[in-house]
Amino acid sequence: MKRALAIMVGAALILLLATLTLVVMPYLQMSAEQVPADLEPYTEQQQRGRQVYIANGCVYCHSQQPRDPGFAPGDKDRGWGRPSVPGDYAYDQPHLLGTMRTGPDLFNIGARQPSIDWQLMHLYNPRAIIKGSIMPSYPFLFRHVDEPEEGDKVVNVPPPYGPESGKIVATDDALALAEYMLALDHTYPAPTLPKTDKPEE
Amino acid sequence: MTPTIAILLIITFVLSTVGLLLLIWSIANNQFSHGQAAARTIFTPGEEGHSEDPARPDDQTFTGDNHEQAAAIKARWTADQSSRAAVLTWISSSVFWLLLGSLFGLMSSLKMHLPEFLVASEFLTFGRVRPVHLNAVTYGWASMAGIGVALFLIPRLFKTSLVGGTYAVLGSVIWNIGLILGLGAITLGLSDGEEWLEFPWQIDLLFVAGGALCAIPLLLTAANRKVEHLYVTSWYLMAALVWFPILFLIANLPFVFPGASGATVNWWFAHNVLGLWVTPIGIGIAYYMIPKILGKPIISYQLSLIGFWSLALFYSQVGIHHLVGGPVPTWLVTLSIVHSVMMSVPVITVAINHHGTMVGNFGRLKDSPTLRFVWIGALMYTVSSLQGSMEALRSVNVITHFTHYTVGHAHLGMYAFLSFILFGAVYFIMPRLTNLEWPWRKLISLHFWLVSAGILIYVVALTVGGWKQGLALLDAEMPFMDIVRMTLPALQARTVGGALMTLGHVVFAFHFIVMLLHRGKASDQPTLFRPAAKEASQ
Repeated sequence: MKRALAIMVGAALILLLATLTLVVMPYLQMSAEQVPADLEPYTEQQQRGRQVYIANGCVYCHSQQPRDPGFAPGDKDRGWGRPSVPGDYAYDQPHLLGTMRTGPDLFNIGARQPSIDWQLMHLYNPRAIIKGSIMPSYPFLFRHVDEPEEGDKVVNVPPPYGPESGKIVATDDALALAEYMLALDHTYPAPTLPKTDKPEE
Repeated sequence: MTPTIAILLIITFVLSTVGLLLLIWSIANNQFSHGQAAARTIFTPGEEGHSEDPARPDDQTFTGDNHEQAAAIKARWTADQSSRAAVLTWISSSVFWLLLGSLFGLMSSLKMHLPEFLVASEFLTFGRVRPVHLNAVTYGWASMAGIGVALFLIPRLFKTSLVGGTYAVLGSVIWNIGLILGLGAITLGLSDGEEWLEFPWQIDLLFVAGGALCAIPLLLTAANRKVEHLYVTSWYLMAALVWFPILFLIANLPFVFPGASGATVNWWFAHNVLGLWVTPIGIGIAYYMIPKILGKPIISYQLSLIGFWSLALFYSQVGIHHLVGGPVPTWLVTLSIVHSVMMSVPVITVAINHHGTMVGNFGRLKDSPTLRFVWIGALMYTVSSLQGSMEALRSVNVITHFTHYTVGHAHLGMYAFLSFILFGAVYFIMPRLTNLEWPWRKLISLHFWLVSAGILIYVVALTVGGWKQGLALLDAEMPFMDIVRMTLPALQARTVGGALMTLGHVVFAFHFIVMLLHRGKASDQPTLFRPAAKEASQ
């Protein structure tokens, strides 16, 4: 039993070391990180939209972390924005950094596509806007009505993507998600980013 | 000098001093002297040189040359039977989750190139089907089958009966409830939102409880053990069962880690699930099965211990290579890259032992289903681990990160390595527990060829497609939609590969259920891939 116990305790201690270096130290360092002054907390509706983003697994195809142009030039050249810094995510719980780019990075999608009509139409059927897109349609985020009521947000879907008769209106979830998309705008300067044109001291 | 670097330097200094002292201590205390005696503990007296395999030629079955040897064989049979209920509940559950997980995987794959496939219902949207696939095959199939095989091996390794098997049965019930609730929550859109950690944290408590209930028979049986040496498989299994609950608990702590530090915890966990949970189980099983089937101890026991401790040290710190180029401190990423490359140490030591033991015996791959599955699994461990070390390098990662290449690599590890070893283990275990042989050798063969062809197509397609995708993403001259179109053939090929694997699982599950229902052949003939000469009448 002594040896069995030694193995288990040894194994646990090694994991403890890894936890110290990979969990505790980064946490201490990053929670001391400066939050950019221009970063605004999410509104209640944007936060709700963020939950819709999580519930429908947008993170499995979209990242939110442009890389440094000196490392991966494509990110900045595609207009995805400056490299992100820890402070940019101060209000993100849970993080949605993502690991796949089956679709483009969304860190600055609000700046690239600032129209809510574009966002809604794209969610209703991506192929109505971008030919050949492999993003799924989200018809369940919309309602098909004969006559929109007052206050309904109508999405004018062009044929052949829309219904034969009646109108497509956005649900509250769709509106919240679109608002969250518009909030993804990190074009402000990052205070902690080193200047690229001169070496770090 | 920043405080972080100062702390890192101090830790490094303390660690190397402690490591040196440990080395001196272990040399002084003859810790290196067990050697080959320990490697032989898996054999009963006189058994060495005889193969223990469902596919053994019948006249070679070792039953002992004298009373003492026969008694040892009988004792092992008793040990096997003691774990029967526990092993069968865990493995049967795992086969169910394998089928369900494969169907969801296939559905995700189809949705990648048929974006209008099953879009009407929110419950079947891609972003929910995909995490159901991942969680069902990770926590349902791989984890449950792994625990089941571990429960079978523990009494054998400790040469005693399983004590407290009822706790393990209860654990499987709780674990299954956790899976049903967790997968249901993802389908309903209640995911926690982080990859590998999608189950809501309240439900995660069930997995901690279910896993802890499996630790009870492990500890009780270990306390009761009748062997002098702990064989290396038991090292791996014990460590894995210690690591998983700690990892799972810390990573699921709600509301603790916001923003970018949440991402580091996320990937520290996700890679540790692979490195410190399923990998030790897979390697441990191979360390048992290969020598047992060949009737020949592993070539170097000392090397296996170095492999174990270096795996523990290096694999536990590789996780942040998932965030290369991301918004986390550079030292952190570098630390993980260094450890990822250092992983070649345990990988090569394990490879020397696994493949070195096989040398001269490759002919057995022709007839033994268990050996063929387990050894190919072990070989794929070597391949996927070395590939993983390369992928962590910044120059490679800048291409492969965010592409389908990574998905291909993940399946090479979780499937071609781990699942193959688990398949082989199930083919070994079931005849021992039911005292029946597998009824149709052709079904085992069909299963093997379907899943092998499937995973080959899968990995090759995504590796090539993902690499091209990665190169194109770096060059902004190429419009994004052109890249999407370029990857379509790879995504379609993936569906073909996935469909073959799913079909293979249906065959495997059918065969498994027949065994479970005691409809197997009560034959004294073994079930071989190729009929032996005297079986020719079949």
